[in-house]
Amino acid sequence: MSTGIGARVKRKEDKRFITGKGKYTDDIRMENQAYAAFVRSPHAHAKVTGIDKSAALAMDGVVDVLDGHQLTGDGIGNLICGWMIHSRDGSPMNMGAWSALATEKARYVGDAVAVVIAETQAIARQAAELVMVDYDELPAVAFADKALDAGAPEIHDNAPGNLIYDWVIGEEEATDAALASSAHVVDIDLTNNRLSPNPMEPRAAVATFDEAEDHYTLYTTSQNPHVARLVLSAFYQVAPEHKLRVIAPDVGGGFGSKIYIYPEEITCLWASMKTGRSVKWTADRSEAFMTDAHGRDHISRVRLGFDVNNKVTAMRVDTIANLGAYMSLFSSVTPTYLHATLYSGQYAIPNIFGNVKAVYTNTVPVDAYRGAGRPEACYMIERAMEVAARELDVDPAELRRQNFINEFPYQTPVILQYDAGDFGGNLDKAMAAADVAGFAARKAEAASRGKLRGLGYSCYIEACGIAPSAAVGSLGSGVGLWESAEVRVNPVGTIEVLTGSHSHGQGHETTFCQIVSDRFGVPIENVSIVHGDTDKVQFGMGTYGSRSGAVGMSAIVKAMDKIEAKVKKIAAHQLEAAEDDIVIEGGEVKVAGTDKKLAWHEIGLAAYTAHNLPPDMEPGLKEGAFYDPSNFTFPAGTYIAEVEVDPQTGVTDIIQFTAADDFGTIINPMIVEGQVHGGVAQGIGQALLEQVVYDDDGQLITGSYMDYAMPRADDVPFYTIEHNTTVAPSNPLGIKGCGEAGAIGAPPAVINAITDAIGTDALSMPATPQKVWSALQGAATQQAAE
Amino acid sequence: MDMTGEYRIGAPRAEVWAALNDPEVLKACIPGCEELEKTSETTFEAKVVQKIGPVKAKFSGAVELVNIEAPASYTIQGEGNGGVAGFAKGAADVALADNGDATTTLSYQVHATVGGKLARLGSRLIDSTAKKLAGKFFDNFHAHLSPDAEVETEDQPQEQPA
Repeated sequence: MSTGIGARVKRKEDKRFITGKGKYTDDIRMENQAYAAFVRSPHAHAKVTGIDKSAALAMDGVVDVLDGHQLTGDGIGNLICGWMIHSRDGSPMNMGAWSALATEKARYVGDAVAVVIAETQAIARQAAELVMVDYDELPAVAFADKALDAGAPEIHDNAPGNLIYDWVIGEEEATDAALASSAHVVDIDLTNNRLSPNPMEPRAAVATFDEAEDHYTLYTTSQNPHVARLVLSAFYQVAPEHKLRVIAPDVGGGFGSKIYIYPEEITCLWASMKTGRSVKWTADRSEAFMTDAHGRDHISRVRLGFDVNNKVTAMRVDTIANLGAYMSLFSSVTPTYLHATLYSGQYAIPNIFGNVKAVYTNTVPVDAYRGAGRPEACYMIERAMEVAARELDVDPAELRRQNFINEFPYQTPVILQYDAGDFGGNLDKAMAAADVAGFAARKAEAASRGKLRGLGYSCYIEACGIAPSAAVGSLGSGVGLWESAEVRVNPVGTIEVLTGSHSHGQGHETTFCQIVSDRFGVPIENVSIVHGDTDKVQFGMGTYGSRSGAVGMSAIVKAMDKIEAKVKKIAAHQLEAAEDDIVIEGGEVKVAGTDKKLAWHEIGLAAYTAHNLPPDMEPGLKEGAFYDPSNFTFPAGTYIAEVEVDPQTGVTDIIQFTAADDFGTIINPMIVEGQVHGGVAQGIGQALLEQVVYDDDGQLITGSYMDYAMPRADDVPFYTIEHNTTVAPSNPLGIKGCGEAGAIGAPPAVINAITDAIGTDALSMPATPQKVWSALQGAATQQAAE
Repeated sequence: MDMTGEYRIGAPRAEVWAALNDPEVLKACIPGCEELEKTSETTFEAKVVQKIGPVKAKFSGAVELVNIEAPASYTIQGEGNGGVAGFAKGAADVALADNGDATTTLSYQVHATVGGKLARLGSRLIDSTAKKLAGKFFDNFHAHLSPDAEVETEDQPQEQPA
């Protein structure tokens, strides 16, 4: 059976995961290990006027109790946001100070103010309860739309009115003029609900300071250990890079929330130096709800203009984005360049303007979560198209088709240039698979059972494979977004691939091996993937933004190009042939058209014995490469949701969910389908169930699975998944990426289906039975009044 | 959380008012109250043990009586700290109406908020717990003032959406 590109190879990593033998950060046990427990503010906004540690320090087994003044006193720097955004007036964003342990003020419920280091986790937690913090409570603001109100409590001194930036993209005047002269304008208010990421493994860290070597080692739940090391070193001044090793072992999911460097990792490193102990911290689920960066939380007004022929003329978006109490690592870019650059969707829209005001609130910091800005953009354009079709009384699929971009490359008015796609083909495939033609009959049959059946479309597009370094640099990024790889062929012919990408559920240990197996014909079990350790892999930018295929694998391809060239030179020398005549096939290196050949392992051995290499050739067979993409990639597709609503209860049942995706080249269809399943499940979660709730005082109300509803098996349907492939022209494998599509495309499809079923667009996410039922009553009342 | 309620108590208004200002009576009637000490004419220190959903905590806090219109009404406000369990604070406007038949109608209006773990884990239980505690308090209070009488409630506590 093939193990190359396109094969449904079973995941190599699953054996250890499903037999409980994965090695996660919490499984790491160091000698002389102590445990950290954080003392957290129960107030959303309060001055810290005093910390009495005496009772905690007096407890048996307590090693030390440390606070923010000690931390800053030792020169540990503030947490930073790594992407500079400028306001429309040219001023830089207002980044408030964020100390890993709050010194003067706590700004959200869960803000750490002190840490207890103790012999056991239980003692640390008990002692944390004995640390008496005096708070002087301040008024708090929890909601994006209240943060800008005159007189709202100010959270950071350098952010007057809680405004972080007032950013614009596109042409305002031209857009407003085009809207004013449009034959029809859709004008809708949308809320993109705040979500908690909920990876299965909560965050954890084990930090060890080696006094003899003046060196730190940090095991942590990171999606990007090299970026963590860079930031910990360059900005937080924990240790210089060569004195800091960061290891992200098996990581149980991230969805973006493990990109960032949080106060806890910094504190554990510093506390390890302070106490001379290894310091371990593992979040419990309650801490995860309270401190993991949340996602989404946008309030928007969207206006979409049409001419008399139903062609889109212009789009204007005005958004307030809630960034929480502090600016997390990539928080600034999520509602701007990762978001507004996708306003055009799959449509030719000549005029686009967007304004995003980012605000502080007394809530957990908000940052990228699966999709990162793109789900918010997709929700806007796809809800607006659906509402437009209803208002214009035309078929929603045909309205979309009429406005599709059909020629590539296509330059949008919002920076991005789409390089390839087949939007009409995606739509056709989805409509055929979903049997849209038979929908009317199914609707009638449902009506006979008293059920309301609805069909909703979502034609999503995203920008992935982030990204050309020069491009993101010009837009404010503090880092480049290339990827690195090293391919080592051992003397026995087995191969190790070192990658700067990080796998935390994506199956890299399988797919990355497949491209090597495909290229050199070696058995997949002879290839292993090394990642997640800054001492082993020289550098890498990590995994997020569906970039590991398009960028990470491209770096491996570049390294394999170099290996191939050297292998051919060795073979040509040994087989006395011309390099151009050498081919690599089925694990053999041959002279084309002859029976002269060497086995793959013989080349490896030749490279390392160096007994008979071409003159001037260095021994060994190891090559590295850095790959910087030349463009984003643009995965796109059509999702169709079919739902049944029970008008008596408001309960929505998703009957059928059809996805037709264009992900470019697919390495392993089974893994790609798994990514779509997971992404769509999260998208359905956002559409139907999930909502982080704060009360007016900034208290987190949804702090457990009793109150935060995650999708369960019976909330999601079986999926129909189709592929319609156009290859990405910008990278050697033609990969576009698939990790986020489901979470981006699903929410509008589901909401469009429910609103189709109930006959009103006055419905917000999550569409809980209560909301759906209320919307139905509202629609009935309105109809009666008319 | 907001809650209102009304109770008919089988005792004259002056007697009810006195009881409402007597730390011993209050201590006996407040569910879970371990200590209640009068620190001035209008302030008390209290220790109360409560369990709300999965969170059990000992709250220590200060209670103050304001807007006193003896013997007709006062506002009782306070704030309790339950350590790692979080905190609760709130105020209740209490009014006594003389029914003229040696009975008194007590009405109250409570606004309270909780924070920390209590809010995170117990929010959905706060309203029902508060209702239960209020019911218990007035049962106790009524029993204290008129030991032989059956408690007569005209109106059970009503929750209002926060």
